[in-house]
Amino acid sequence: MNAFLRVAVLVVRKDLTVEVRSFEVLSTTLFFAVTVVLIFAFGFVKEGVPLDGVAAAILWIALAFSGTLALGRTFERERQADTLRALMLAPADRPALYAGKLAGILLLMALVEAVLVPMVGLMFQAPIFEAPLLLAGLLAAGTLGFAAVGTLFAAMLVRARSRDVLLPVLLYPMTVPVMIAGVRGTAALFQSEPDPGLAQFWLALLVFFDAVFVTLALWTFEPLMTD
Amino acid sequence: MTTAVKIQLALATLMFAVAPWIVNAAPHEATMGLVYKIYFFHMPSAWMFMLAAIVSGVASARYLFTKNPKSDATAVAAAELAVLFGLLALVTGPLWARKAWGVWWVWDARLTSSLMLFLIFVAYLLLRQFGGPGSEKLSAGLALFGMANVPFIYVSVNVWRTLHPKTSVVPTLPVEMGIPLWFCVTAFLLLFLALLSLRSSLERQRGRIDALYLAEDEA
Amino acid sequence: MRHLRLLLTLALLVGPVHAGAQPQPSPDEFVPISEIPPEERIPAINLVAAAYAFVWVAVLGYVWTLGSRLKKAEDEIARLERKAG
Repeated sequence: MNAFLRVAVLVVRKDLTVEVRSFEVLSTTLFFAVTVVLIFAFGFVKEGVPLDGVAAAILWIALAFSGTLALGRTFERERQADTLRALMLAPADRPALYAGKLAGILLLMALVEAVLVPMVGLMFQAPIFEAPLLLAGLLAAGTLGFAAVGTLFAAMLVRARSRDVLLPVLLYPMTVPVMIAGVRGTAALFQSEPDPGLAQFWLALLVFFDAVFVTLALWTFEPLMTD
Repeated sequence: MTTAVKIQLALATLMFAVAPWIVNAAPHEATMGLVYKIYFFHMPSAWMFMLAAIVSGVASARYLFTKNPKSDATAVAAAELAVLFGLLALVTGPLWARKAWGVWWVWDARLTSSLMLFLIFVAYLLLRQFGGPGSEKLSAGLALFGMANVPFIYVSVNVWRTLHPKTSVVPTLPVEMGIPLWFCVTAFLLLFLALLSLRSSLERQRGRIDALYLAEDEA
Repeated sequence: MRHLRLLLTLALLVGPVHAGAQPQPSPDEFVPISEIPPEERIPAINLVAAAYAFVWVAVLGYVWTLGSRLKKAEDEIARLERKAG
């Protein structure tokens, strides 16, 4: 267990070190997420008043789009320097490598969410402080589910042809259940009479999905990545 | 083509040919009248769709961990059949729904999950076609994840109250409706098994062609 | 293989042809009239026919393409083996 954690932490530290040099992935992903929210706002706000229930949907759509972008960029960086192969050659536990990459993506998405949630709260008068723990839980569980599948697929596709378009093609159908649960749970919290009970149900479902997807990903990372 | 496949195909053909009579003999249903008879083709299609998804997922898992190309051949064949039967279910369903519920489509759990699973297997075929070398492994991973979705589809009907009839309606069907249903299920199952064998053998033959070309290059 | 494809197609075509030629079920066949709302008079038969027709066409189409792909593969293998042999 110790070795697993050590490798994972090492991978995260490596990614952080590279990122801190230029903040390229963080800044571009953040900016992209903000523009997505704005574009959807222009689509859904009528005469200055947002349509009912769009806040939750826009938040999660922006997270899905920017998450896909971040995944693509992160692994493109690995591909260009061929560091993924170097990582795989290291005498490290493969699932630990996956966990490290996953943690890195989660960190990035958390930072994006830290900006997007207040933004959505401001622009759509969404009650983000009504049930902050539940909301945070939904976001955490949903992001974990999305990122778990996304990290695996993005790593898988590093050496494939047409990888840029194939990542969304593969990822979106697979993570729709996570998206549905995330949006419906968040919407239950944002509606005029918040329904924490319903939100809890969706949160439980998200946790169930996370358990299934993370386990599957840890289990299949090695056979999928080796020739 | 082995004898088993020939028998399956012959039986399936016979049953499909006979099906219209049997379906016609079933009585009208009390509230839905004639249109519910779509059910006799819709439900077996949906069941074969799910079966194909499971077969593809299991074969993919075996391929990932044993690297046996025969498992990969089965996985591809089942994925193609999943797209075929999924298409049948997703077209016959709305045709029935238009009459029964008044709308072509509703975004409830069952329909949405089925559509998503269908898209996953379309993505599988796209990946095989355009992913380049190494896409056997990648698509195996995709199918495995897709299979993880299947229990969710099955459970969703019982967990959420939706317009879709609950799965428990099947055992309570009266005999006159039960017979055509099980007849059609058997016909579809035989068809599925026969097509699975044929399509897998096609995939294995393609592998053989690749090997022959390689041998020719080296010679 | 060629003969089998032909046979399969013909056999599968028997069904719809006969179904079309049969008398359609009359409206007073085992259904409590009182329970039929007025909108049932709209032709449900169109939807049923469309559904069954789609299934036949899709299955036949798939079997046909599968047969032709199998044939192409077999021919290719025979050709390659002849060259190698």
